[in-house]
Amino acid sequence: MTTLLEMSGISKNFDGFQAITNLSLQIGEPELRAVIGPNGAGKTTFMDIITGKTKPDEGRILFGDDSRSLIGMSESEIASLGIGRKFQKPTVFEAQTVRENLAMALKNPRAVFSVLLYRKTSKGAERIEEIADEINLTDQLTRPAGELSHGQKQWLEIGMLLAQSPRLLLVDEPAAGMTAHEREHTTDILKKAAKTRAVIVVEHDMEFVRRLNCKVTVLHEGSVLAEGSLDHVTKNKTVVDVYLGRTDAGD
Amino acid sequence: MSQTPPPRKSFIVRNPSVLYFLAALALFTVFVAVMSEATGTGLISTSFVKTLGKTLCFCLIAIAMDVVWGYCGILSLGHFAFFGIGGYAIGMWLMYARTELIVAQSLAGQVIPPTQQEVTDAIGKQIFGVVGSSDFPAIWMFADSLFMQLAIVVLVPGLLALVFGWLAFRSRVTGVYLSILTQAMTLALALYLFQNDSGLRGNNGLSGLQNIPGFADSGQDVISLVFFLASAAALALGYVVFAWITDSKLGNIIQAIRDDESRVRFLGYHVESYKLFVFTITAIVAGIAGALYYPQAGIINPAEVAPIASIYLAVWVAIGGRGRLYGAVIGAALVSLLSSWFTGGGAPDIDLGFYKIQWVDWWLVLLGVTFALVTLFAPKGIGGLFDKLVRKS
Amino acid sequence: MFGAALEDRHRKLSMIRVLLSLVWLVVTVGLAAAQDLQSVLQTHAEEVASPSRNSVSVVLDDLADLGSPQVSVFLEQWAERNIWQDDATSLFYIGAEDGDAIALTDLDSGEQSTAASDGYTQIRPNGGVRRVIGSALVQFQLTDPDPDRRRSALESIGRRADASQLPLLEASLEGEADPDIRARKVQLINFLIARFGEDTADRVVAIESLSSDTSVEARAVLSQILSTSTDVTDGEPSGNIARVLDSSSDPAAFYSELVEADLAPPLVSPGDIRAALEANIVDGRVGGVPIAQLGTDVLRVQAYAALAADGLVPPLVTQADVAATLSSFTFYEDYDEPDPTITDAARATLDTVETRVGLEQTVDLTLDGLSLASIYFLAAIGLAITFGQMGVINMAHGEFIMMGAYTGYVVQLFVPDYTISLMISLPLAFAVTFGAGVAMERLVIRHLYHRPLETLLATFGISIALQQIAKNIFGTQARPLTSPEWLGGALVISDVIQISYIRIAIFVLAIVFLCLLLFILKRTRLGLEVRAVTQNPGMAASMGINPDRINMMTFGLGSGIAGVAGVGIGLYAQVTSEMGANYIVQSFMTVVVGGVGSVFGTLAGAGLIGFLQKGIEWLNPSNTLAAQTYMILFIILFIQFRPKGIVAPKGRAAAD
Repeated sequence: MTTLLEMSGISKNFDGFQAITNLSLQIGEPELRAVIGPNGAGKTTFMDIITGKTKPDEGRILFGDDSRSLIGMSESEIASLGIGRKFQKPTVFEAQTVRENLAMALKNPRAVFSVLLYRKTSKGAERIEEIADEINLTDQLTRPAGELSHGQKQWLEIGMLLAQSPRLLLVDEPAAGMTAHEREHTTDILKKAAKTRAVIVVEHDMEFVRRLNCKVTVLHEGSVLAEGSLDHVTKNKTVVDVYLGRTDAGD
Repeated sequence: MSQTPPPRKSFIVRNPSVLYFLAALALFTVFVAVMSEATGTGLISTSFVKTLGKTLCFCLIAIAMDVVWGYCGILSLGHFAFFGIGGYAIGMWLMYARTELIVAQSLAGQVIPPTQQEVTDAIGKQIFGVVGSSDFPAIWMFADSLFMQLAIVVLVPGLLALVFGWLAFRSRVTGVYLSILTQAMTLALALYLFQNDSGLRGNNGLSGLQNIPGFADSGQDVISLVFFLASAAALALGYVVFAWITDSKLGNIIQAIRDDESRVRFLGYHVESYKLFVFTITAIVAGIAGALYYPQAGIINPAEVAPIASIYLAVWVAIGGRGRLYGAVIGAALVSLLSSWFTGGGAPDIDLGFYKIQWVDWWLVLLGVTFALVTLFAPKGIGGLFDKLVRKS
Repeated sequence: MFGAALEDRHRKLSMIRVLLSLVWLVVTVGLAAAQDLQSVLQTHAEEVASPSRNSVSVVLDDLADLGSPQVSVFLEQWAERNIWQDDATSLFYIGAEDGDAIALTDLDSGEQSTAASDGYTQIRPNGGVRRVIGSALVQFQLTDPDPDRRRSALESIGRRADASQLPLLEASLEGEADPDIRARKVQLINFLIARFGEDTADRVVAIESLSSDTSVEARAVLSQILSTSTDVTDGEPSGNIARVLDSSSDPAAFYSELVEADLAPPLVSPGDIRAALEANIVDGRVGGVPIAQLGTDVLRVQAYAALAADGLVPPLVTQADVAATLSSFTFYEDYDEPDPTITDAARATLDTVETRVGLEQTVDLTLDGLSLASIYFLAAIGLAITFGQMGVINMAHGEFIMMGAYTGYVVQLFVPDYTISLMISLPLAFAVTFGAGVAMERLVIRHLYHRPLETLLATFGISIALQQIAKNIFGTQARPLTSPEWLGGALVISDVIQISYIRIAIFVLAIVFLCLLLFILKRTRLGLEVRAVTQNPGMAASMGINPDRINMMTFGLGSGIAGVAGVGIGLYAQVTSEMGANYIVQSFMTVVVGGVGSVFGTLAGAGLIGFLQKGIEWLNPSNTLAAQTYMILFIILFIQFRPKGIVAPKGRAAAD
């Protein structure tokens, strides 16, 4: 397992609100990592910073074999490097069919004219079939994405991530709003994906995290509070104080 | 694989509406040609042929607007500015070439043959006398060359859209902000053209454009039909090109940008380039539409470029139905023809006893209210009706 | 027949007049113990009737001794050739000839009468005498007991200054009691010394004392001292030289000056060549060149040269000739004032003054910018509320401005007193547009809160309809909204700095609205609720705030302010159905540049745009259209660098 992403000393302040403080984190390839933390711990900002949506005030982010700095790159550049992101709220293109959604995500040249002149290939079609199968949407390929159920949209979005063939996958609350059965399938998809690449899952649902069975990073007030297996971190007294205790009580 | 037939074939197969549209346009064109004064029975007057030809140009810019707004989600309030630029570009050549002929005629009577300088001076005096000048401004340097002016028809709207779009998209100006910014651009252009020293004859604009140099012998009946046919051909071509673009994978991307721009960014697409491409190519088509329109209208002045015109364009597309090319065509044709019917005194006045509704005065009120109602209750416009029919059948 | 009878009647009448006046003369001479004007004049009847420059002074001296207020009237009329003498009695009258008759006014009593003009002779003093009379008149007027006459005398000196007035002014200074008039006299004396003083040192002192005076008058005095004329010489320039001109900067103009002065042969224009060629066609050729080839300049010149060689036409002046001729002459400007000490002092003083004028112009420009900014602020602030607080774009905002202005116009039709009608208009305009805004929010915008682009379209439809309805009701011509008298005129701080009261009133209105709005948004329950709904409608609703009501009120407030702005704008601009459309783009620009959602942002945006526009207009005063074009271009560029506006929204939400 080699290091794919290395964040060090990242800080971000929004007009007085310290969202991230001196955050450092390393992800290997392949690896499955769960990031947990209470509300306002900086989970979303953490993803925003990696994907280029938010510029950090200080710190560095290095990615890939040649350790390229991600700071200053645009969202699309970062995405082209091989970092895919799934949002908390499922965002698929509802007016377009499942197949079109997946086709747009397929790893192909992204420049305007190559897209304009792009001709469908049987290889691409095969890949779409393959992903559709993996996310249980083979029957839905010709339906507009807007007609899918909430869980199906989540899957489609994960499918779009897979179609991008990224090296790093950032998944924000993939199991939100899913039935127990759907969750199980989502876990399988993510575990399978993590066999060949790095996957970071941000999740609230402890049961889901437990099922992922991977290394866990606990964020609190914008920095890493604890890291290790779920059992390890749940034994950490501070973690219990700031987070687990309350969630258990709440849920 | 069986599910993905070769793309060439799939374009027409998956878009039968393109075929229907081309067939309908062809039928209409033949019908008008047969009924026109030039080649047929004369049931359709020359001035109405011109009206129809102009309407086709409106349809062409409307499909461009539909692509940029209905498909890509950029509510541009500036595309009529590009239309106007196209008109001015071709108008410069038309006016120069025709004045040159007139000047040559009037100088031919003189004992000594005129020098090039004398000819140029006389043309300049003829064209710019109205704004108290006789010198040719720098922007007229290619006015004597039809080829160069045709190139300008394409290049200037294209470059302007490219520069403006680059600036606007780069700084991530979106939504209503972008609309306001495009409107400001249009206003700036209109104000510039209104100046007497703009080099384009201030608010006099360019006139006499219906007279095509070199075709003085052909009557307006023939010229109007030729332009009608050219407009129809341009519309057909534009329709096919835009249908092809929107059906391509790029079409999927721009619709995705319309629906969720930042998601597309995270898919790795450089959203700004796509917007810029669409903005620029539609601006070019708008310029071409303008270049075909104004020789039929005969006159162009800065008022044509005023922001209100671009907003009417949005009205056409909204009423016709966004996100479908035929919707834009229907909207542009219907609203612009209705508009000339109502404002031309064609519609009968309604006498309420205490007040007489004269449509010349009340048409805009009707249009404004209709537009608000369409936006409120029928966001898909007339095209939405088609959807319902198709679904029922 | 009839005419003859009339003439006869006239004659009889005039006979009676003569008789009467004789009687009157006897009586008056007897009564006025030789100390009325007429009697003084009669003692010098000869000199008055045919005055010469030498003799007139005797009369003037005696008149000065008399000191009667009628004297200056007489002098005025004398100089104007309005004095007539009765041939029979040698009495003098002010007369106005009207055909054959003459209307006479007695010099002392002012009594009016009419007589036939043949019995009277007009006194016609020559130019030299009139000047003498004129300066005597000034002298009389300057010491006239009536301060208005003194003022008008000073005014005429101010308009037409000459050297002779200086001693008179100085003499009149002594007895001057009125401090204002005295100050004016001192000022004029200073001006006159500067221009016409005898002593160079005195003049320099006077000139230098003008360095703090930015009035147009003082600057005129300096530039009159510095007046120059252009001269040309083939030797060394002489005199008090202002500057030597570079003739190569505009050879054509300088050469034509030489031609006018007969110092060089005239240029032969292409038109002249053409005419000459046409006049000299021999056998289809000109100067040996076939006519058909004369379509180029080269061959035309060749043909012309051939004609010139034959002596048929004047020779062609080439560019080289022009350059050579010009180089042998020196063009220069020399001062009309021969003394360089004076002109140097004047130049230095004028430079100082112009620097001050420049400063004052900057102040004036700032005031202009401020007033334009307040107009933009008024026009935009309503929009800032609806756009900023609610995220709703209201394209009909301009039409609300128009509705406010028309409300003011309609009120004026019913209430003729402009002050009262304005007092009624302001709240009424607010009420009308508040109602219109609320109606529009309920009927249209409410349904479109989640589709901002659609709001733009729907409100645009309404804007078209409202504009056309206004056109149908009020017609296309501009309607006046007259401001009350106390808002007429301008506050004059100096000749450079002036600002009209209407603009001050609009500025005050803008300030009032700024304060009012800040108060409503920051200090009232409504403001709190508005902010709550803006930030989180769901949360606000769950806390018992009715977002529907708040949205309605907010929109009404924004629209109402537009109405009041309409009254303000209508006062200084014309009220037309299109006036709103003229402000809408600028208003949006103001909001966008300032930063959406902030009252202070709008203030900053209005300030920036107002000052910018005035600044650009100042750089290119002839063209306000171009100024607007450049300003819009600037704004487009500005948004590149600050897409969120001057006062950017803060917090994490702003990052989206």
